Amino acid sequence: MKNAVPIAIVLAAVIAVWYLAAALMNAPLQRDAFANAGRADYTTAELIGASLNMERPKLPTPHQIVAELDKLIFETSPTSKRGLVYHASITLQETLIGFFFGASLGIALAILVMSVRTLERSLMPWIVASQTIPIIALAPMIVVILNQFNITGLAPKAVIAAYLSFFPITVGMVKGLRSPDPLQLDLMRTYSATGTQTFLKLRAPASAPFFFASMKIGAAAALVGAVVAEVTKSEDGGLGARLLAGSYYGQTVQIWAALFTAAALSAALVAIIGLVGRIVLQRMAFTS
Amino acid sequence: MNARAADLAPPLLFGIAVLALWEALVRLFGVPTIILPPPSAIALRLVTSVPTLTADFIQTIQGVLAGFAIGSAAGLFVAILIDRSPFLQRGLLPLGNFVSALPIVGVAPIMVMWFGFDWQSKAAVVVVMTFFPMLVNANAGLSSAGSMERDLMKTYAADYFQTLTKLRLPAAAPFVFNALKINTTLAMIGAIVAEFFGTPTVGMGFRISTEVGHLSIDMVWATIVVAAVAGSSFYALVALIERRATFWHASYRARQN
Repeated sequence: MKNAVPIAIVLAAVIAVWYLAAALMNAPLQRDAFANAGRADYTTAELIGASLNMERPKLPTPHQIVAELDKLIFETSPTSKRGLVYHASITLQETLIGFFFGASLGIALAILVMSVRTLERSLMPWIVASQTIPIIALAPMIVVILNQFNITGLAPKAVIAAYLSFFPITVGMVKGLRSPDPLQLDLMRTYSATGTQTFLKLRAPASAPFFFASMKIGAAAALVGAVVAEVTKSEDGGLGARLLAGSYYGQTVQIWAALFTAAALSAALVAIIGLVGRIVLQRMAFTS
Repeated sequence: MNARAADLAPPLLFGIAVLALWEALVRLFGVPTIILPPPSAIALRLVTSVPTLTADFIQTIQGVLAGFAIGSAAGLFVAILIDRSPFLQRGLLPLGNFVSALPIVGVAPIMVMWFGFDWQSKAAVVVVMTFFPMLVNANAGLSSAGSMERDLMKTYAADYFQTLTKLRLPAAAPFVFNALKINTTLAMIGAIVAEFFGTPTVGMGFRISTEVGHLSIDMVWATIVVAAVAGSSFYALVALIERRATFWHASYRARQN
């Protein structure tokens, strides 16, 4: 926690700059609004005050976003479609389902690539290359294709979340399963350990740090996948749908509130994995 | 050269096998093109729609390149700035790491609102997405020069800028290139997703979302092929420059012998 003070000061600076930017960006709009209302006698203080509290500002201020979050999370019923709890829970479900399948598939594929030599040489280059292509571009199409099979609701978005999360996990896990050095592998050989034993007793435990690192990336990627999928199929709600609706109707405060909620979800997922990882790695004596 | 061909053969054969299997299965089971067009139909679409695809590519790549250049340069610049202040490092880097895990793509609707429908708003999304990976990596890179080398610079009475340009920036290069490689993918993703939120009627993200609406899935696949080729060429280009620029690094030296 020695970083608490610097982080707090940097955060305070960010908020100060934010208010300044909000005043500068919104003032022209507010000036027009005053002109339309036939008011010419406003003072600079009034202009700034009004700029920071506009209905549809170019840049909403932090207190407006907090107020919006408070209104949509605590003062709206959690089951109401107007509330963020409803939309966040949709996004979270898609993310978790997708992440679960994506992670399982990713790990299975890593084990397969690890143990079948031909696959490693033929499949792995494609898995690595697939990291460099913008796979998210496939999202709208996957939604439509699954629609053809009457797969609707959460499933198509979970598929996209799974799809985005499995690549980083495969790559990370292959690296992790290969991380034992030759000396340790030789030791296993002198014990005349079978492939399965080497895997269970050496490779799998050795991959633990890589496992947690790639889980973090995978969880964040799954959330991005879910949000982007919701943008392309916005009727069913979710945070991505809120982003899109906000951008249609110029509701900037709503966009920012949805964005902050998505950020909080992502941060919470990564933090939970990080915490579990730290405890497990400590138990396994990776870190002291 | 023969060794390289031997390296390339298995993945190439695998790729060709997958394409052949795809084509055969689609034809054998009469899968409707709306669900999955055969590779031959996609190739045909690719060839016949060259003008549209080129226009889309040019539209999107502007945002990608501008955003990539500005975001990466700004990240590197800020990393050098805060490098002199441990206080700012301790304050900014945890935040940078935190922000890297956030769904930054979500700022797309905001940027579209601020900078309009054209490529500038896409570049803005890409700037935000590429800034933090560069900041975090470059900062790690700047502290990677060993204490022996630093002491040597001190014995030469090198000042801060000499140490920076002759020792620490070159030592940071592998980290900077790592960030650049991450950023190539992020830039493509950012620009394409930002186009889902509004564009002039051209661009790869726009093409994908509208053609999906028209159910002309072969056109979607053709655009995806272009995006994939563009994305991996961009990555390969950066990787090539990296190999030329950081040939001295252990990861390349090891490969030669």
